[in-house]
Amino acid sequence: MFNRLPDTQQAVINRPIDLTINGVVVQCREGDSVAAALIAAGFSECRDTAVKEVPRGPFCMMGVCYDCLVMIDGQPNQQGCMTRVRAGMKIERQQGAREVRP
Amino acid sequence: MIEMTQCELLIVGAGPAGLAAATTAAQLGIKTLLLDEQQAPGGQIYRAITETPVKDRAILGEDYWHGASLVEPFKQSGAHYQPGATVWAVANHTAPDAIEGFEVGYSVAGQAHMLHATHILLATGAQERPFPIPGWTLPGVMTAGAAQILLKSSGMVAGKRTVLAGSGPLLYLVAWQYLNAGIVVDAILETTPPGRLAKALPHIWGFLRSPYLAKGLKLLREVKSRVRIIKGVTSLEALGQDKLEQVRYTVGGKTETIAVDQLLLHQGVIPNINLAQAAGVEQRWNKLLLCWEPVVDDWGNTNVEHIGIAGDGGGIAGALAAENSGRIAAYEVAMQLGKIDRAQRNTQSTQAREQLQRAIRGREFFDTLYQAPDQFRMPTGDTVVCRCEEITASQVRETVKLGCPGPNQMKSFLRCGMGPCQGRFCSVTVTELIAQERGVSPEEVGHYRLRFPTKPLTLGELAALPQTDDSRKAVIRMKKPV
Repeated sequence: MFNRLPDTQQAVINRPIDLTINGVVVQCREGDSVAAALIAAGFSECRDTAVKEVPRGPFCMMGVCYDCLVMIDGQPNQQGCMTRVRAGMKIERQQGAREVRP
Repeated sequence: MIEMTQCELLIVGAGPAGLAAATTAAQLGIKTLLLDEQQAPGGQIYRAITETPVKDRAILGEDYWHGASLVEPFKQSGAHYQPGATVWAVANHTAPDAIEGFEVGYSVAGQAHMLHATHILLATGAQERPFPIPGWTLPGVMTAGAAQILLKSSGMVAGKRTVLAGSGPLLYLVAWQYLNAGIVVDAILETTPPGRLAKALPHIWGFLRSPYLAKGLKLLREVKSRVRIIKGVTSLEALGQDKLEQVRYTVGGKTETIAVDQLLLHQGVIPNINLAQAAGVEQRWNKLLLCWEPVVDDWGNTNVEHIGIAGDGGGIAGALAAENSGRIAAYEVAMQLGKIDRAQRNTQSTQAREQLQRAIRGREFFDTLYQAPDQFRMPTGDTVVCRCEEITASQVRETVKLGCPGPNQMKSFLRCGMGPCQGRFCSVTVTELIAQERGVSPEEVGHYRLRFPTKPLTLGELAALPQTDDSRKAVIRMKKPV
């Protein structure tokens, strides 16, 4: 579990950004990355892996490891740590390999 | 979005090296563009320096806030800046005219762009060294650097039941920053083997004159007085079903288990070399730091004409060294572009050169003391080596026994290094495992051959590029003459 420092928690209270994570509405801070918002909301996992379909969570937080891939507004394979939150964003756990769609 | 299609100098990366280089270059009259993957300048060391929610300066410490002194001059310098830009290709053959230099492909918010640059300076920085222990892929296990990024950019700290493990200054820096924020981690599991200090002592003279000495010792004292430090850890495992539940470690032959929610790993950093390597920059194996690093001269030049490298991406030396190597590289580029002559380059870069020398004093001491131990670099059994393709150490070792001699052949057998991270988190491990199995040196084994695009790119992103006449002609079927 990660917690916000008091100042930062106040920022969430003053200017909350609403997101939906796996269908649940959560509030986060403007400027958070999607991966940070997931972790703050208590989701240590963000996807099931492509090969063995086991749970995985954010690991490097700097765009290198590609472990924090999630579905964002229906788009699969988005790097959670490299994407900033936007009000109304829908984030879903990515399950296994993405499908190739027309 | 600044739509810029031609620049004299393209700098990739807005950490200390890139910011300082861009500032100096623009001040010397060079038309400079800085592309950076993050949404705000600072790189990882000064991550979120312009926007961190952590306002109490004592938490992150003065070394962090030094980063702010790089941003203001950069903003005033006239250098162009595009945040959120991922460079995925650098080609020196495809520009319509040789004088336009390199053709560079990059993406911003899922949209591909192209530009031409006469000269390129790569300031791609460092990444965490892989730490392949059993269970390091479990949710709840992160790098110590990741925890620090959460603190800097989102003001978040790990809660109860948190353990730091590994070796190196960053481990203690995170513990210290956490203390400043009122968080005492449960333990630091220190993997530095006994006897290392004796090995590092011949380099003590440099360390004693290091600018980090006084600050470093104060920080160590504070952490040691308040955090439980378990020294001489010889094995480490992260345990749990679907997420981290326990850490198991061995000290002096005795194995202990602690219940944890977070395990933060660190055993040094390695240069982020993918872009340089794909662009044809020669790499060598650093025997002390045990990683690949580009071959760079004193002025930041590489074997590829007009591609330079500054900062940790050219070899690990830290933030202050990066900043000054960035300035030195900018003077060199200015000379190559004819803005200043050789004598001016030499004179104007004197101060940066002196500061660089000062900044790297004592590195050998640290590097020897904190060299990652063999068992935490070259795993065995079911420990995952390639996180993306989920390839284990025993699979790699068995494949060597079948006669596979190097990492590129290994790809055809196992797909290791072929997932989205493109080998960033397994390259050094795979090279060292193959070297160990074959009983040869890592140089002889070699590294993954990396190609463009150096970051995953969708076909949709590429297809959105504006079409040239040449590209249209390449796919249009000509009518046969009747």
